[in-house]
Formats: sequence, structure tokens, C-alpha cells
Amino acid sequence: MSEFIIFSLLNTLIYGLLLFMLSSGLTLIFGLMNVLNFAHASFYMLGAYFAYQVSIHVGFIPALFLAPLGVGILGMIVERYGLRKVHAHGHVAELLFTFGLFFLFNELVILIWGRNPVDYQIPDFLDFPLFTLFGADFSAYKGFMLLISIAMFIGMYLVINRTRIGLVIQASLTHPEMVNVLGHNVPAVFMYVFGAGAALAGLAGVIGGNFLVTEPGMAMALGPIVFVVIVVGGMGSLTGAFISSLFLAGLQTFAVGMDYSLADFLGHFGIQASSEGFWGDIVRIEIANTRAMIPFLFMIFMLIFRPKGLMGVREE
Amino acid sequence: MIDNTTMDSAEIKGGQAVQSGFSGAAIAKWAGIWLGFILISLALPKIFDSRFAMSMFNQMGIAIVFALSFNMLLGQGGLLSFGHAVFYGMGGFGAIHVLCMVNDGELRIYTELLPLAGGIFAAILGFILGFISTRRAAIPFALITMGIGELLLASSLLLPSFFGGEEGIAGDRWTEITLLPFKYGKSIEVYYLILIWMFLSVAAMYLLTKTPLGQMANAVRDNHQRAQFIGYDPHKVRTFQFTLAAFFAGIAGGLFAINYEMVTAENLGMLPSTDILMMTVIGGITYFFGPILGAIFITFLQLVVSNVTHAWMLYFGIMFIIMIMWAPDGLAGLIMRHQPIWRAKRMTKILPSYLAALVPGLVMFAGVIVLVEIMFHISLSIDPESPLSIMGVSFRAQAFMPWAVGILLLGVGGYLFKLAARRVNQAWKTVLAEIKQEGV
Repeated sequence: MSEFIIFSLLNTLIYGLLLFMLSSGLTLIFGLMNVLNFAHASFYMLGAYFAYQVSIHVGFIPALFLAPLGVGILGMIVERYGLRKVHAHGHVAELLFTFGLFFLFNELVILIWGRNPVDYQIPDFLDFPLFTLFGADFSAYKGFMLLISIAMFIGMYLVINRTRIGLVIQASLTHPEMVNVLGHNVPAVFMYVFGAGAALAGLAGVIGGNFLVTEPGMAMALGPIVFVVIVVGGMGSLTGAFISSLFLAGLQTFAVGMDYSLADFLGHFGIQASSEGFWGDIVRIEIANTRAMIPFLFMIFMLIFRPKGLMGVREE
Repeated sequence: MIDNTTMDSAEIKGGQAVQSGFSGAAIAKWAGIWLGFILISLALPKIFDSRFAMSMFNQMGIAIVFALSFNMLLGQGGLLSFGHAVFYGMGGFGAIHVLCMVNDGELRIYTELLPLAGGIFAAILGFILGFISTRRAAIPFALITMGIGELLLASSLLLPSFFGGEEGIAGDRWTEITLLPFKYGKSIEVYYLILIWMFLSVAAMYLLTKTPLGQMANAVRDNHQRAQFIGYDPHKVRTFQFTLAAFFAGIAGGLFAINYEMVTAENLGMLPSTDILMMTVIGGITYFFGPILGAIFITFLQLVVSNVTHAWMLYFGIMFIIMIMWAPDGLAGLIMRHQPIWRAKRMTKILPSYLAALVPGLVMFAGVIVLVEIMFHISLSIDPESPLSIMGVSFRAQAFMPWAVGILLLGVGGYLFKLAARRVNQAWKTVLAEIKQEGV
């Protein structure tokens, strides 16, 4: 049991920080520009593919820097020449535009790298067990992911709280007009934040792509979960995104190990549920099987009962 | 393409609306359009009677109902749903379960009425989910609908007795219990059944836009606070609009169930939801007939282009982005922008600039096609070394020349197109200024 708990906690931490790497950019972009960027998970996917391409030519370490840089530049281009233009057509048009980008990036990735997963692998020098606990290995790469995530978290904290641009970002979150009046170039701030958010998502792709799998479906697989994270955390709140990333990661990680069903529960009270038909299906569902559903249930209830999320500041 | 003209044409459009009202000529015009629409659809299977064409027409009919129901939310209610296929799929499941019961002899329901069963099932679900999701519009609504879609898709694998697992639920539409003297064995009979339901639904949805509910949906879309001030509850209005949209999506799903005699959980997933979204937006959400155009146009491309190239989805995406950026009112908007000019008989003044833009536009498009097809051939074909042929020209995809040709076509075409687009803009400005001056 303690083995299950410790490994689940470690996995929660890794998965949660990966989610935070994605959701922090998304929630900042939403807070600043009031745009829900559907293409955000595409940047994660592009990060993985860029890293794959770079790593087969010059190796993993350069890829760690070059891929997020490339994705960040792409993000700035998207903001500058796409989003800013569409902004004039209104809110729905912005949503539709980012959604269209999501669709287009998926097809472009298929166009360039094909439909099958690419062979993006964990680098050899990190491919060994770091330590062994209760007879199970904890790989060095997991430790590396943890290290990168924590470094990113500290770096981001310092940028937001200790630098001038961080202060402008914080001010723009709450008082965008005032920041503009004070002579700061708010559109440029938007562009840099969009680029930085994309780069962070790209970094998540670089370290997550080889750990999980690098394929055209990866954006679709993670994208909706990232929305759940920022909704639950409160749209626009970094702290909220951090808490809910870890929370949702924990929820999903721990759910995997539970094979408890409604039938088992009723069994405690001596009730024999029928195992046929629709109700039979329902009582036989195990908690582990609902792993894919839990986050969305959570998001829907959150949006209905507390639309501003855990740490959110505004209603919509 | 013509961003700065929107204001002017909107003003002129408003003027016309006041003028035309319900005059005899306007009614005659509407009757003519509807009659033409009906006659063409009745005659279609007589002209094109191949298996492929019949299957395409059936799909178009279903897509028209589905797209219009989607636009009841997006265009008329300002609600962007990422899970509208939930009601399409659930309508399909409702209809197919009823059909299965008829097949087993447990029920006696006319085959013709199955779409109605799907519609009612979807409407009940739509009322519940609509009540939950429409408290707020915009982003919360988009996210809730997306969440519901994902939730149902995820639960479909856990509830095989309703969703039928991966194979889905199949039925047999040849039940002998019919209202009309048809057995619906042949697809042409199904075509006419779809046609009847399509016209009933299109007419009903059109008339709904004229009812107080339809008008209030527009008001709530434009300014929900003002709507609230004059005594309407936005949440209530949205819930009813959502329920009705779900009803018509359910009818489309029921038609799907009859046409394919099979419904799977994929029908309610993200894919059909985004498909219908893109179809509707490309057709145009600001005019009633926009989604109809989009459904016909995209279904046609989907079936014809996907036969020719594997890159259909990519072209679809490019088209969508282009529409969002340069023609947010869709195909219908592009057509309707020309109405004032058409009325003032000034079309001849802008047509030359269109022709001048057409040539570089086609060159640019050819460049895109060449590059996309080469890349697709290299990354996706079984044998990338085999020669690739585009429009009768055969070559090796790895050679340097085809790439150079593609890039050249794209670059030169793009540059000339940009110049030509400026001329189009200029022509528009002059013509509109002339019309304004004369007060036509």
C-alpha cells in the first residue's frame, strides 16, 4: 500500500508539473487577452516534434533549448499576424480562429511527420534507474523531468515577481487600460506573453513527448485536460493553475489504481445488483475506468457552481 | 478581402429591410426561392442517379438539417458549442433503439417517424443539458459543451448496452410498417424521405427565427443585459433555443440512423462536432441560408476531394482559417455583400478587378497544392519513391524541381494576388461611394 502511495505521489508530481507547464501559459494568455487559446496544446505537440527533429541531428540537449525557442517564435507570429487581426471581428471569431489553428497544426504535423508516432526517445545518458524503492525502479528521466519542471516553476516565479516585465504583466492582468495609459506597450506585452506561453507548452512537449508518445493525436489527448485545469484553478490565476494541476493529476493518478465499483459498494450491504442491461453496465463501472471522465465532470460542476474557479478573480 | 466595406453595406442592408417589409414582390421572391430549392432537390436524382451521387445527396440533406440546427445556437443565439454532435448522436441512438424495438416486434412505429423519435429524445436531453450549460454564454458555455461531449464519449465505452461498444448499434430499416407505400430498401426512397424531413425542418427553423423566441435569442446574443431589462430571462431564452436546436440535431441524427442503419459512439464525439462547426462557419452564420450553403459545399468537397487527395483535411483547415480571417460572414456573407451593388447595377465595375485577382489566386493555389501533395507523398504514401502525378504530370517527389516550381508558384502568385486584392478593395470603395452619393 505505501508503495502504491509513494509512487502515485511521485507520478502525480511529474504529471502535475507537466500540466502546470501547459496551463500556466494558457491561463496567463486568458487573463491578459481574454482569449481561450484552443491551439495551446498544439504548441505542446509542436514542441515534441521540433525536439524530435533537432535531437536526431544535433542531440537532446540542444533540442531542449531550440525547440521551445522555435515554438515561442511561432507563437509570437500567430499572435502578431493572426490573433491581432481577428480580434477586430469579435470574441467568437477569436475562439474560432484558435480552434482553426488547432485543427491546422494537427494536419500540418501529419503532413510533415506522418500519421504514425515518431521515434522520439529518452536520451541514452538519462536512461537508467535513479533509485529503487520497494523493488520498483524510479527512472533517471523522471527525475530529470521533475528537475526541469521545478526549475521552470522557480524561473517563472522570479520573472513574474522580480522583473519589470513581470510587474507589467501583473498590472495588465487587473488594470489593462491603466497600463496602456502609463505608456507601456500592451500589445507588445500580449505578443511576448503569447510567445512565452507557447514556448512553455513547447518545453512541456520536449520533456513529455519522449516520456509519453509523440504522435499527431497528442494535442487532442492533453488539450481538453488543460482547459479543465485552468477552469478549476480559476481562469487567469497562476496559483490556481498550479494547485489544480497537481490536484487533477493526483485525482487521475490515484484513480488508475482503484478497481472499486458500485456493485462492490452495494455488496457491502448484501445487495446483489443485477448484472444485465443498462443498470448492470452502470454498477459494474470501476473507478479506474472513469479516469477519463473525472476531470470533465469536475469542470462542468465547477463552471455551474463556482464559475470563477478556485482562485479566479472574475466571473467570466 | 474587403474589410472596410462591412459598415457601409450594413447600413445599406438596414435601409432595404425597412423598404421591403412584407410587400408582394418580396413574398413572390421568397416563394420563388423556396419553390426553386424544392424543384431542384426533387429533380436531382433524375439527373444524377449514380450510387455515389445518391449517397452524396443523402448526406447533404442530413448535413443541412444538422448545420442549420447548429446555427440556431451560434448564429442566432451567439452560443459557440463544441459538443453539438452530442444531440446528433443521441438522436441517432434514440432512433436506432426504437428501430431495433420495431424489428423485434415490441413496438409498431412507422419508419417515416423515426427521425421524430430521435428529435424528441435529443430534445429531452437538450433541455436538461441546456438548462445546465446556458447560464453563461461565451467561454463557459463553449467549455461546458466540450466537457459534456468528452464525458459522453468517455462513458460510451463503459455503457455498451446503450452505445453498443465499438461496433455501435445496428438496425434494419426495412420494417414493412410504413406510412407511405415505400419499403425504403432503395436509397432513392430514403432520399425522398430525407428530403421531406429536410424541408419540414428547414421551414420550421426558418419560421422559428420569426417568432418572439427567435427574436429574443438574437436580442440575448447582442446584449443580454438589455434583454434582461425589458423583462426576458436570458437563461430561459437560451435554454429554449438550445432545446430546439437539440431537437433538430436529433432529427438529423435520426435521418442518419435510417440512412446508414447503424449508429456508433463516434457520431456524438468531437469529430462530428467540429465538422459541423467548420461547415456552418464556412457557409456563413449571419444569414439563414449560410449553413445550407456550407453543408452542400463542404459535403461535396468532402466526398469529391477526399477521393482525389489524402490532404483534404488540411485544405479544409486552410479554408476555415482563411474564412475566419478575411470573410467572417462566410460564403453567404460574401454573396450578400454584393446585393447593394447588384441592385445598383454596378457589378460590371468590380468584375474586372475580380478577374484580375482570379489568375494570381489560382497560381497561388496551384503552388499550395503542389507543395502539399509532394509533402504528403513523401510522408504518407506506401512507397515515397514511386512517381507522383499531379494533373497528369508525373515526377519524383524527392527531386528538386517540383519543390522549386511549387515555391515559385506560391511566391509569385501570392505577391500578385496581394496587389490584385488592393485593386479589388479600391474598386469596391469607388463603387460604394458612387452608390451612396446617388442614394440608390
